[in-house]
Amino acid sequence: MYVYDEYDRQILQERVAQFRHQTARALTGELSEEEFLPLRLQNGLYVQRLAPMLRICIPYGMLNATQLRRLARVTRDYDKGFAHFTTRQNVQLNWPNLEDVPDILAELAEVEMHANQTSGNCIRNTTTDQYAGVHADELIDPRPYCEVIRQWSTYHPEFAFLPRKFKIAVNAAANTDRAAIQVHDIGLQIVRDAAGQLGFRVHAGGGLGRTPMVGPVIREFLPELDLLTYLEAIVRVYNRYGRRDNKYKARIKILVKALTPEGFAERVEAEWNHIKDSPSRLTPEAIEQVKVFFTEPAYAALEDNPAALVQARSDDKAFNNWVTRNTEPHKKPGYRIVTLTLKKTGVPPGDITDRQLEQVADLCERFSFGEVRATHNQNLVLADVRQDELYALWQAIKPLGFATPNLNTLTDIICCPGGDYCALANAKSIPVAEAIQRKFDNLDYLYDLGDIELNISGCMNACGHHHVGNIGVLGVDKKGEEFYQVSLGGSSQHDAEIGKILGPSFAQEQMPEVIEKIINVYVEQRTDEESFLDTFRRVGMNPFKERVYATNH
Amino acid sequence: MPQIIKADGIQDDIWTLLSAAPAEGESLNLPEGPVIVPVAVWQAERETLKARGDVGVWLESHEEPEALADDVTTLPLIAVNFPKFTDGRGYSIGRLLRERFGFSGELRAIGDVLLDQLQFMRRCGFDAYALRSDKDIQQAEYCLNFFSMAYQADVHQKVPLFRRRNAS
Ligand code: SF4
Repeated sequence: MYVYDEYDRQILQERVAQFRHQTARALTGELSEEEFLPLRLQNGLYVQRLAPMLRICIPYGMLNATQLRRLARVTRDYDKGFAHFTTRQNVQLNWPNLEDVPDILAELAEVEMHANQTSGNCIRNTTTDQYAGVHADELIDPRPYCEVIRQWSTYHPEFAFLPRKFKIAVNAAANTDRAAIQVHDIGLQIVRDAAGQLGFRVHAGGGLGRTPMVGPVIREFLPELDLLTYLEAIVRVYNRYGRRDNKYKARIKILVKALTPEGFAERVEAEWNHIKDSPSRLTPEAIEQVKVFFTEPAYAALEDNPAALVQARSDDKAFNNWVTRNTEPHKKPGYRIVTLTLKKTGVPPGDITDRQLEQVADLCERFSFGEVRATHNQNLVLADVRQDELYALWQAIKPLGFATPNLNTLTDIICCPGGDYCALANAKSIPVAEAIQRKFDNLDYLYDLGDIELNISGCMNACGHHHVGNIGVLGVDKKGEEFYQVSLGGSSQHDAEIGKILGPSFAQEQMPEVIEKIINVYVEQRTDEESFLDTFRRVGMNPFKERVYATNH
Repeated sequence: MPQIIKADGIQDDIWTLLSAAPAEGESLNLPEGPVIVPVAVWQAERETLKARGDVGVWLESHEEPEALADDVTTLPLIAVNFPKFTDGRGYSIGRLLRERFGFSGELRAIGDVLLDQLQFMRRCGFDAYALRSDKDIQQAEYCLNFFSMAYQADVHQKVPLFRRRNAS
């Protein structure tokens, strides 16, 4: 994991001092609310329905035990003792006091954490695959590139006041896309060209929100060392020509659409030609000096499927279920990637208490080289667990509520904070998630249904990524009442697609039943091999529509 | 006299700003002394204005710095308007004028110029700042120097940190 040097520390300390100065001036009124707004947003501070909300950055999802303990302390000392993992690998506190925020940021800075650019019209936290560096499927570890992008985008002097927020995601897995890069402002797929040279396929103009779009490719192959200058060219073109007259048309996707992907790419190339050979071009040494932080930990030489594991799996069905569902193959023999699910029914998805944060810190030290990853599905990952310790880990996490064996099933719901916390919400999202989890509480049935992504957002801002859920639920406002619109067929994977709307929206209490009908159609129509998405793609919307809207007497 | 923040401190501002081009049918009436005119006026009267030697040009945030590419060697001053401090186009304009077109005269930020953006402006090539009049000009020096270093290259530090880190 990346470790700060004197430069990183100095820059971050200066940032904290700057924000202290700004907060003080905001409190005396020297800075108006309007003037303070973008400054506090770029330090992670929102003002929400109930109180300020502080969004703390977890660069590309990586956390260590020290940071987890500090997060726990901060939630205890400055908040109500719990935090919320978001769908962009960040973590939020819901009740800090405005005047305390500089102190919180100072405490976080001590453990190399911050809330930089987690909000506001700037370049946000770069996200990537939660299994980076440990999954057999990846071409190369994407995290060094994320770190290079983090440094480039941090307090970039030209791009602090873009037309709108700007999100970059990187994926290096050849056959899957856990980072959902095609629905980001810029999506970078790490690839090799025919000559074996490393580089990126560049997507631009993807995004969710009001006008969901899958980002088209604007460059098939960008050589590795050209990464930063090319990003600079894209963002400069966007900064100059993105719309600023209407915030709903201000994202880069609107510009890409208006110019056409080809037209946009031409402008970027023209801009890039001026700067591609500038000193901002990366060097092999610059990449190397970041890569040293992402070398392999001291893995033991082990075999897959040790006898103790095989035995425990056959003796204990619940354990076996959990291994099957919540762990993934590791690139090293004798290890597994373990997901700690934060999706226990009755607990809002992604929520975690101060005590649990400390427990995760202990667990990662004991079982996984002291590191944890946050996922965009709002779970946590222990990336390097020995297979002969899986049983001990499972027993340790069961009483803590992290072993709900529902990863990637219907009840592993992605859900934004919604109307319970968020000032922008049209409708509550957490109670809908909970009602669905209660309805589908039979594990065998869930396993039989296989992988289904159900995503819920409380409004068009789509923090719950509802457009790319196989089943998407969106909170809408109908004459002051909370309703829910359902869409089907979305995907954030390589075959990224925006879901299509099923039809008129539903009241909250109808939702579990609606989902049940949708699932029943799938079960009746599927062939042996088909996932929910496969069946939907084959049979189309109609059978679902007919069932859900059939008038029953 | 209004004041202006420059690299070497706060000074009286000798420049007058012509905030709009004359309306249709009206003739251009330039005040005495150094004056900053809209780019449209400059383009219409380029040869006459150039001869005066004390005429600068200002750009609105949507106007293209490319329009001044041929004038950078003769213009003593270019100003860029920030209609709202949240309008970030001026930062790109500043960098292009300095880094692409090689403008070396005074580059001035005008309009909704506040304290907390000054250092970004400087890094993008501005060297004169007409701070909004309700802001405390005495704090400018402090705000221009919040950060002692940065990750990226900019108009002054042409080599990004990753290359300098490596060298040491
Ligand atoms: S989707 Fe809407 S309701 Fe949900 S967190 Fe985002 S802004 Fe709030």
